[in-house]
Amino acid sequence: MNETASNDNVRYPRMVYIRRHSVVTRLTHWLNVLCLSFLLLSGLQIFNAHPELYWGHYGANGDPAVLTIGSSDDASGPSGFVRVAGLQVPTTGVLGVSNVNGEPTERAFPYWATIPSFQDLASGRRWHFFFAWLFVLNGTLYLGFSVLSGHFRRDLAPTARELSPRHLGREVLDHARLRFPEGEDARHYNALQKLTYLAVIVVLLPLMILTGLTMSPGVDSALPILVEIFGGRQSARTIHFLTASALVIFVIVHVVMVVLSGTWNNIRSMITGRYAIKQNGPQI
Amino acid sequence: MSNLFTRRRFLIGSTLSASALTLSGCDLLDQNADIATVLRSAEQLTMKAQRLLQGRSALAREFDEKDISPSFRVNGTSAPDSDEYAALVETQFAEWRLKIDGLVDQPREFSLADLKALPARTQITRHDCVEGWSAIGKWTGVPLASLLRLTGLKPTARYVVLHCADELEKTLDGSGRYYESIDLIDAVHPQTILAYQMNGQNLSVGHGAPLRLRVERQLGYKQAKYIMRIELVDSFAALWGGNGGFWEDRGYEWYAGI
Repeated sequence: MNETASNDNVRYPRMVYIRRHSVVTRLTHWLNVLCLSFLLLSGLQIFNAHPELYWGHYGANGDPAVLTIGSSDDASGPSGFVRVAGLQVPTTGVLGVSNVNGEPTERAFPYWATIPSFQDLASGRRWHFFFAWLFVLNGTLYLGFSVLSGHFRRDLAPTARELSPRHLGREVLDHARLRFPEGEDARHYNALQKLTYLAVIVVLLPLMILTGLTMSPGVDSALPILVEIFGGRQSARTIHFLTASALVIFVIVHVVMVVLSGTWNNIRSMITGRYAIKQNGPQI
Repeated sequence: MSNLFTRRRFLIGSTLSASALTLSGCDLLDQNADIATVLRSAEQLTMKAQRLLQGRSALAREFDEKDISPSFRVNGTSAPDSDEYAALVETQFAEWRLKIDGLVDQPREFSLADLKALPARTQITRHDCVEGWSAIGKWTGVPLASLLRLTGLKPTARYVVLHCADELEKTLDGSGRYYESIDLIDAVHPQTILAYQMNGQNLSVGHGAPLRLRVERQLGYKQAKYIMRIELVDSFAALWGGNGGFWEDRGYEWYAGI
């Protein structure tokens, strides 16, 4: 395993570079960053056209809502709110009412969170569907490659040992103390990484595509089972929004972890493939 | 400490200005004609993929009476405000005639009574607005295919254009008048009907009296209300903005299956 163990001239600890990510993983990762960024911001533009979510087959103004981002106007000016299951939270300045060119304006998500920045549903849809296609093609390339090359089996499938409560418990504690794997352990994803990446790749991202397709009346006529699975077009729209929110949370945690566990090393490994690990020398 | 603060301030400041730059960048991209063309290419892909999946006759889901929305929102025009339309309402559309012309073998006119005398289809379907909301309603009307069989089609006919009574945008040249178009695949689909009843009642003015289109595999803006004339054409390039519909002329997709 350790081919340099017998080399007396090597001083420890030393850095060795391993090939962390294949070219397909790196390419599809960054294309995914591009797609998801445009999909999120254009998605918020589309949401702004009707900033209310429902459950079931139908739902429109006046029907019971799961979530509403709205605004009300009184003597002190417009104020924004988010209402979830009867609970109303004031959100003036960010959600419901936010400043556009210094003027308080009624819009669900603020101008800096939508593409385009001004209200234009037709344009938001064009961006959304273009990047949705690119996202699906990119995802198909990634999945095909990962199954055929053994990337899933080798790098992402957790072992039975890793799934033991004892092991997982220790990893959770280590993460909480910001202690990340070093040396030989850093050659591989840890169990929490594997499980999180698998959840994103196999659950969240496919769920985005399927709930997105369920909102299409054309697709619903061709694949009526989709509406059955999600319990209606409006349920699918709500799940689409919640899953997107889960992905935003994933990305935030992911970026924080990248920074805490060695920003440049992580970013370089996703660009050039090279990842540095510290070797502490042969165990004698 | 103060050092850290300035550095943090600098970082926050530069992140904010970087995102401001990206955003105005996005708006610039949004206005760029070449990029718009690239983005629009996805519409063709979507239409081809959906048509491939659907085949010609896949049906939109039909619901039960109990699934009907308690209130069905009126959208677009709630009442056309021309004198001509007001006169039609006055006589409960007794004077109204549906004209079918253009690339047909025999142009025809139908009164509301003529249409009601033809075999009807009733369907309870979900209406999906491009904005995101949905409502379920029961529609009764004449399949468009049976009217087209009566008029016959010239071999060059490719699209059915629906000319409406409502002006959704006031313009000097009349380009704000509502119109829509569908191709023959959708025109002869069994659920494509010209509806004169909604939820068992004559169509109200808000929902498009006396006649509206139901083309159930597409979004709400295709469901033209206040239909006055149906024209068969080989291309809609010469009509108003040339994109085949009121909203299409304002940037929305002609194929509204998604």
